[in-house]
Amino acid sequence: MTAAIEAMIEVRNLHKRFGHVEVLKGIDLDVAPGKVVCVIGPSGSGKSTLLRCINRLERPDAGYVLVGGHFVGYRLVRDRLHEVREHELCASRASIGMVFQRFNLFQNMTVLDNVTLAPKLARGIGAAEAERKALALLDRVGLAGKKDRYPNRLSGGEQQRVAIARALAMEPSVMLFDEATSALDPELVGEVLDVMRALARDGMTMVVVTHEIGFAREVADEVVFMDAGVVAERGPPSQVLQAPREARTREFLARLL
Amino acid sequence: MTSDKEVEPRLDLPPVPLARPGRWVAAAFVALLVAWIVAILFNNPNFQWKVVGKYLFSKEIIDGVKLTIELTLTAMAIGVVLGVIAALMRLSQNRLLYGTATFYIMAFRGTPALVQLIFWYNLAALFPKITLGIPFFGPDFVSFNANTIITPVIAANLGLGLCEGAYMAEIVRAGILSVDPGQREAGIALGLTRAQTMRRIILPQALRVIVPPTGNQIISMLKLSSLASVISVTELLSAAGLIYTRTFETIPLLIVASLWYITLTGVLTLGQRVIERRLGRSVAETAPDAGIWSRLRAGGRPIAGPD
Repeated sequence: MTAAIEAMIEVRNLHKRFGHVEVLKGIDLDVAPGKVVCVIGPSGSGKSTLLRCINRLERPDAGYVLVGGHFVGYRLVRDRLHEVREHELCASRASIGMVFQRFNLFQNMTVLDNVTLAPKLARGIGAAEAERKALALLDRVGLAGKKDRYPNRLSGGEQQRVAIARALAMEPSVMLFDEATSALDPELVGEVLDVMRALARDGMTMVVVTHEIGFAREVADEVVFMDAGVVAERGPPSQVLQAPREARTREFLARLL
Repeated sequence: MTSDKEVEPRLDLPPVPLARPGRWVAAAFVALLVAWIVAILFNNPNFQWKVVGKYLFSKEIIDGVKLTIELTLTAMAIGVVLGVIAALMRLSQNRLLYGTATFYIMAFRGTPALVQLIFWYNLAALFPKITLGIPFFGPDFVSFNANTIITPVIAANLGLGLCEGAYMAEIVRAGILSVDPGQREAGIALGLTRAQTMRRIILPQALRVIVPPTGNQIISMLKLSSLASVISVTELLSAAGLIYTRTFETIPLLIVASLWYITLTGVLTLGQRVIERRLGRSVAETAPDAGIWSRLRAGGRPIAGPD
């Protein structure tokens, strides 16, 4: 690597279509180290697809993503991007944490095994070391006491906190949150947002797709409003959320309130 | 308005249950029927229970039982391995892999197992020599006479195993598809490879859907293996047949064979329950781990968990 890193995440001209529906129509996004970007917008606007293209759960049709100064899924040979083999892609993904709307905890494993599996398999960390770190992380999200439970015995909020601990166990350089609180009962949203807030305070670089406007206002360094596959408006929360320039943004925010 | 409660009902005694006379009549009728059937079984001299007793543990029959067990287990082992491979091929994005597996499943599910067995038995007519080597370009490493390596037992194992693989492929595929796609995404997103995700996350969860029908497959394979009798494999049914063609004690020997099939099926059924119980653990985390004996005491009915 020769150039210094200015952006922890750099997304350029990202395009993605499913069949003949163009979901992303050329997205650019920069997230500086330690910053939090909240992505808001109506459903179907391409927010989740953008997130899933960053860790290449979806393969973009055009454009590229850099995380921590490294191409995700590509290698630069002279001036052309070349797709990389699976193990290189896995190494990139290992440094990008992702939290899903539906938690997606491994149902066949205890909480502790959920958190230790990937460090052991993908990072080759010893079982004792992985367990020690996992317990520290579970303690951080307030769930050390439930390490031997299976996921289906936990509340939604608890499952999502375990999912966050599981992602953090890989010591990622960025975290992606895909509507992490949308599937939760209202009274459980707070505990997950608290964990996310603490994570942002600790200097984690985060991209948060969310409908929690209050959270965005409080935590985001930048708010990105997406509509119909493009970034319609972006800026500090005070501007985008309180004094939106675009009519589309105003309409969306009005419907939320 | 008047109340039904003319006096305070006694709460120290349980409510008097509803009398169900119909149930008693039905039970009496069935009891009579069963007694009648038992009487027929034991009073009809043609069943020749003495002969049954004489052959039940005879060496020929026991050898047949052993071969039946061997055939069942080998064919199922081949079937499970082929089934997993074919299922993964069917789920592949690669058209050729998908097409090959689809054709295999169609061919082997679409023809009777009996036809396949006879076909394998007569393989030598189609390929007199079987050669191991690099296809098209050579060299050949070893060459065998088909008649010497495809013995009847090998033919039976191959035939039943290949046939079973086609059924298992669909069972395994259904199992894999039953796992929430989010499980795969979570594994991939953590940086696990597709193979690690399949092995550690998806297949273990698919097992809960795969095991019950596989148990049924083993049980039907046990009985399907009797088809091997037509290609002169002396499994249980053949062993019994060899005796009754000699002694003309057909009925008692068929009863001997049936008693063994029923016993083996019973053993397999119990084994299946134990395995299903273990797989269910992440669902019923705190359910007591009931052993075979407590299950038997509970009359084979599932013991109620704390749910």
